[in-house]
Amino acid sequence: MYLALFIFFAVLCVAGALNLLLQRHPINSALSLIVVMTSLAVLYLLLGAQFLAAVQVIVYSGAIMVLFTFVIMLLNAGREEHTRGSRAAFLVGFPGAAVLLALLVQIFLSARGHLAQARLGEYVTATHTLSSVLFRDLLLPFEVTSVLILIAILGAVALARKEP
Amino acid sequence: MIAIEQGAQQVAQGYAVHQIYQIYRILPEVVLTITGVLIMLIEPLLPSRASRKPLGGLAIVGTLAALIASLWQMSLPAGTAYHGEVRTDAFSVFFHVLILGIVLVTLLTAVDVFLPETENTAEFYALVVFGAVGMCLMTSAVELLLVFISLEISSISTYILAGFRRHTGKSTEAALKYFLLGSFATAFFLFGIALLFGSTGTTTFAGIAAGLPGTATPAFAVIAVAMILVGLGFKVSAAPFHVWTPDVYEGAPSPVVGLMSTAPKAAAFAVLLRIAFEVCPSLHVRWMPLIWLLAAISMTVGNLGALRQQNVKRMLAYSSIAHAGYLLVAFTALSREGIAAAIFYTAAYAVTNVGIFAVVSHYGGYEEKLLSIADYRGMARHFPVLGGALAFFLLSLIGIPFTAGFFGKFYVFSASLSAGVLWLSILGLVNSGIASFYYLRLVTAVYSQPASEAPAVRRPGWALQLALLLTVTATLVLGIFPGRTLAMARAGAATYAPSSAITGSLKAAGGVSGAPLPVTPLHAAGQ
Repeated sequence: MYLALFIFFAVLCVAGALNLLLQRHPINSALSLIVVMTSLAVLYLLLGAQFLAAVQVIVYSGAIMVLFTFVIMLLNAGREEHTRGSRAAFLVGFPGAAVLLALLVQIFLSARGHLAQARLGEYVTATHTLSSVLFRDLLLPFEVTSVLILIAILGAVALARKEP
Repeated sequence: MIAIEQGAQQVAQGYAVHQIYQIYRILPEVVLTITGVLIMLIEPLLPSRASRKPLGGLAIVGTLAALIASLWQMSLPAGTAYHGEVRTDAFSVFFHVLILGIVLVTLLTAVDVFLPETENTAEFYALVVFGAVGMCLMTSAVELLLVFISLEISSISTYILAGFRRHTGKSTEAALKYFLLGSFATAFFLFGIALLFGSTGTTTFAGIAAGLPGTATPAFAVIAVAMILVGLGFKVSAAPFHVWTPDVYEGAPSPVVGLMSTAPKAAAFAVLLRIAFEVCPSLHVRWMPLIWLLAAISMTVGNLGALRQQNVKRMLAYSSIAHAGYLLVAFTALSREGIAAAIFYTAAYAVTNVGIFAVVSHYGGYEEKLLSIADYRGMARHFPVLGGALAFFLLSLIGIPFTAGFFGKFYVFSASLSAGVLWLSILGLVNSGIASFYYLRLVTAVYSQPASEAPAVRRPGWALQLALLLTVTATLVLGIFPGRTLAMARAGAATYAPSSAITGSLKAAGGVSGAPLPVTPLHAAGQ
């Protein structure tokens, strides 16, 4: 049951990600991104990370995607024009990506016997556990993230401000 | 576990009585953050037509305060804080002082170069200061998540700074290219972190170092280190991950190039040193050939590329690729002496390069009109101080005695030769010879007969004079009295306790050694 759910949403997630790249209209890409985010939330839930799943739906599929869609509609972005693509991408990029993928698959398969088993659906991480990791062990990275967000805001204002 | 270790360490050193507040370990970063926030808060209060120079002054004062704070950290005993997230020791203090010095010179240059009508000046100062928070934290972080977040702080602030001259197409192009390629490299770095966590069940440096020799999935660890090497290789612009460098350096504002060719690179090299010699010393058989290759390609590609450039900024971009290569040579020595040489070389290259870009920024002005080598003809006649400083810095990049570059190269190649890395050292020395051609071409242009009347360049103001004074003095001091700095670099290298173990095991036919440790399952490690 859990395995079937996992396979379904994993395939949906990858298909959504591919569709995101292949669509020509930005709004279609944004909608595929919602599919990706939501299926990721289900995967989190299957792994027992219920809080993370909820946050994923609320923040990513909800808030951020609404913002994306608004921006696309406000800018009135049309269909994008496709170029031929660079030859370097075809000659080096695709084979490179394929080699990397093959390498990773090979390594994951060869190490299969030694990997810890993820128990789908049988395990629930309490929010309490998450918060003790986040606010005690990883307190400093958590706090430092605020500087990161501040920089992003500052940069957005500096780069997008109307030119005088 | 780390907290207990720290406690035990303090008891052992007799510091149990005196409380060391955790915030002391991140004091420079706290000072910088407060400075940045103050700049952002004061800016809207100023009249819109008023000069933003006082805010630049505030940024300079804040950086100086952070510099003093990190020097003060030397009086603390080495140790960790915040559950083993940061560690202050001789190594972190050395890099803090270096990075803050670079930021100081960059701010001084920016104060000089910015015109009254330049837009977003206050945001520039704030971004530089916030970026410095990330770079400083990178050098003291001993946990991969914190390394990642501080790397992002430093990168994102440089992406934005690269695109600061919005009205030119080149600057926007530079920012976009840098951002896209940088994010790609970051993904590699993050994947590497995930795989290291997968093979050891922890993200702290000490935990990974202890867990790696006995891990049940050694293939994961190897590919993880390779991916981290790709990510950091991009940040230090080592070939073959260098493709962005010339375009970005050409398009970004010159003071920013001075910053990003030195400070984030120094921080990334600090992280690379920690990962290579503290986290993965047991894998040195695997990463050493990779770094050997990176060093060889970087030196060759950088120097051959620089030969053909007519634009000074592009030439310096290729030269920075080559210098990343020389620095990586020091890694292959696999000894404390090599680590010390790498630390010293970072400092020597940084003070020289930030000085060059101070001159280039001033000479080109904010609009960067004078950039080709032909524009520099006769510079020394019209502007003797600027021309002299530029020639001096170029000689330091070549590695002429009595400059910082000489001892930098000397220590790197003597460390690698004494470790028996013969071919790479020969390649490096040949490359230094090739490099002197294009550096000397610019020196000759500066000291040749001017082709026309003097270009409209302002006289250097106090800020630029101070910046040049600082960099020229630092280059001279490193070139004439390198002993003190080298001693500090050696003290930094001595913080790598396990590194003597690697060199030992390397000499003894170099196998992966260490007692096997029980591997914690993923779920247990997450709690």
